[in-house]
Amino acid sequence: MVLQSLKNCLWLSCVLRTPKACFWSTAGGGLIIQSVSNDVYQNLAVEDWIHDHVDLEKQQILFLWRNSPAVVIGRHQNPWQECNLRLLRQKNMKLARRRSGGGTVYHDLGNINLTFFTSRKKYERMGNLKLVVKALKALRPQLDVHVTDRYDILLDRQYKISGTAAKLGRTSAYHHCTLLCNADKFVLSSVLKSPYKGLKSNATPSVPASVKNLFEEDASLTSEMLLDAIAKEYAVQHQTDHHITLINPADETLLPGISNKTKELQTWEWVYGKTPKFSINTCLNMAYKDSVLEVKVNMDVKHGKIEVCNIDLPEQWLPPGLYSELVKSLTGSKFCPNEITALETTLLRMCPRDEELHSRWRLLCENMIRLL
Amino acid sequence: MAAVTALRSSCRAAGRLFKLSDIGEGITEVTVKEWYIKEGDSVSQFDSICEVQSDKASVTITSRYDGVIRKLHYSIDDIAFVGKPLVDIEIDASKGVASEEDVVETPPMSHEEHTHQEIKGHKTLATPAVRRLAMENNIKLSEVVGTGKDNRILKEDILNYLAKQTGAILPPKAEIVSPLRKTEAVPAAPKDKARRVPVPVSRPIAFSGKDKTEPVTGDSECFTGFQKAMVKTMSAALKIPHFGYSDEVDLTQLVQLREELKPLAETRGVKLSFMPFFIKAASLGLLQYPILNASLDESCQNVTYKASHNIGVAMDTEQGLIVPNVKNVQVCSVFDIAVELNRLQSLGSAGQLGTSDLTGGTFTLSNIGTIGGTYAKPVILPPEVAIGALGKIQVLPRFNGKGEVFKAQIMNVSWSADHRIIDGATMARFSNLWKSYLENPASMLLDLK
Repeated sequence: MVLQSLKNCLWLSCVLRTPKACFWSTAGGGLIIQSVSNDVYQNLAVEDWIHDHVDLEKQQILFLWRNSPAVVIGRHQNPWQECNLRLLRQKNMKLARRRSGGGTVYHDLGNINLTFFTSRKKYERMGNLKLVVKALKALRPQLDVHVTDRYDILLDRQYKISGTAAKLGRTSAYHHCTLLCNADKFVLSSVLKSPYKGLKSNATPSVPASVKNLFEEDASLTSEMLLDAIAKEYAVQHQTDHHITLINPADETLLPGISNKTKELQTWEWVYGKTPKFSINTCLNMAYKDSVLEVKVNMDVKHGKIEVCNIDLPEQWLPPGLYSELVKSLTGSKFCPNEITALETTLLRMCPRDEELHSRWRLLCENMIRLL
Repeated sequence: MAAVTALRSSCRAAGRLFKLSDIGEGITEVTVKEWYIKEGDSVSQFDSICEVQSDKASVTITSRYDGVIRKLHYSIDDIAFVGKPLVDIEIDASKGVASEEDVVETPPMSHEEHTHQEIKGHKTLATPAVRRLAMENNIKLSEVVGTGKDNRILKEDILNYLAKQTGAILPPKAEIVSPLRKTEAVPAAPKDKARRVPVPVSRPIAFSGKDKTEPVTGDSECFTGFQKAMVKTMSAALKIPHFGYSDEVDLTQLVQLREELKPLAETRGVKLSFMPFFIKAASLGLLQYPILNASLDESCQNVTYKASHNIGVAMDTEQGLIVPNVKNVQVCSVFDIAVELNRLQSLGSAGQLGTSDLTGGTFTLSNIGTIGGTYAKPVILPPEVAIGALGKIQVLPRFNGKGEVFKAQIMNVSWSADHRIIDGATMARFSNLWKSYLENPASMLLDLK
């Protein structure tokens, strides 16, 4: 295993001495590459880069990658609807928005990602998935795996082990899919459960499914074995060398401009700002002095920013001037706990020096943050 | 007038219905998810028009033509059909005017241009945006070398042409530069980015930068809700009559002490900076001068002496200036303060400071020295009545008791206080006490609670 990686490194260092253009246009029909990074943003950036820069008319590419724990939402999805953002923040887990469509997935090192790059004309998902199934069956003939017409791969006819998404551009396209080898199912189910109520949007919803790891079916299977089997099958079908080239997503010589792409994927404007317009209609249940106040809140959020905000507080609960200042400041603000906390605590400085008022304000703020 | 009508009808004839092309896999319908352009925008061939989604595939639709978008046939979340019109594009075949209104007011220059082109016998290709740019700069398209496909004139060509101008009005040139033939086609990588970045025009002639007025309130992109709140707070703060008091502190002994204690703190997993010492010394000073830890009500009738010393530490984050505070410093050891500061700093940089961390402060220290500077005039954060700004530590020559020059680590502190309830003498005495604790750290041991 180590020897193979060493060989790859040596080959790569030879390749790097040649102009990068040669690297990306090998004579053969297929190129198999694997990322040395586990950073979800770097790996997504590699996909973007290949999609934008490589001529896929003459050859196709298979990209293999794994990420450290992260949640990845589809291009047109709403992160508040899809996952438990509070839990993600607590666990310091990354959230990424990919450029392809489809639903939300949880990635960790027990999940492998496969991206099939082709020209736009040769885009064909079924064939790719059948390749994966063929590879799995070659490795373990007793595995009951098959492809559904929704482009999922099911184990034992009931458990989803792979989900698919795709991105099509003018001349190129890519189809990527996940494959559950040994992912943490407990974390998966807890982060992919949204606690936020009252959200209404036209964002693409995810379809929840029961999942299972291939490892649970056959404990002798590892991610490395699966990656190797799939690469082998790809090599056979594309009449190319069964040779996996390691690439470093931080390498600007091989991938000029990649760091900009990586940065863009991490901006708030991309991850949260690209959320389609949505509205929140919910009730804050605030425990106040032996009773529970039911406060209706409704907000419209566009581009991740609060467009309209209404908080139905009991009359005179807050001085009217303060309430209108709060609403004015919230309007146009990012729908983000950091921003809103900073905003609310700053406005508190302007409050009259009244303990009662201050505790009411803090109560309202803490409850509002729970919406985010 | 007749020319204008003719132009109008020719424009209409040049309109194209851009149909949604085949997506593949037998897909007949898609959902429109995002428009990258709006009606009236100019587009070039291969610019991204919209993003559509079908069955887990996100597709970027790019323009087949150069022209102006006249009509979008769908709204967001509508279902669009393959083979049916997606947008109407008015193709710029001959004349280059961006909108119907411009047609009526055809400037005389372009009229000549039109004739000029006919004489030359070939059409100069350029998108409406490029033509407008040329017109705005009084450039004749015939004099620009086109480097695009089919000798098309691009924005870059106009800018290069401008760059060559000296600024004087050129006499009409006798020779006409014939466009060079370029074999390379214009790279047409499909862009996933939504907006085309506007290229700044380099004007060697005169600076014509305009002032830009934006409302602070409302959803302007530049001012976040937090910044709006800060504006309000600052206005309130500056109503407090401030007075300032500055001094310098010799930290030579403290620097040495910290060097000794740093490894010990590290074994306990804590990063020890100077701030915990500054904060603890401030709290010891506040025990003697509690009026600096007070709050004045709006009517200026009552002063509330706060029991807790919740000392705020100003932090510069992405949001702007955030001031989390360390609670109850009066019962904390220097090490406790260091632990708490570490916690607040990591939360601050992760953007996860909570409401309780950011409220309840009674006194603030701002370590502006980490960025730079020596003296400052800090602004008091209501409802507090005092604030201290710490400059950077500099190595400076000073005289000791024997009259010898030695290397001293000097830091300047600038205090601001509310002159309605705090007088200069009180501030000075507090500052001296705080200074003495720091210049002589062993003396803190005597008064530690």
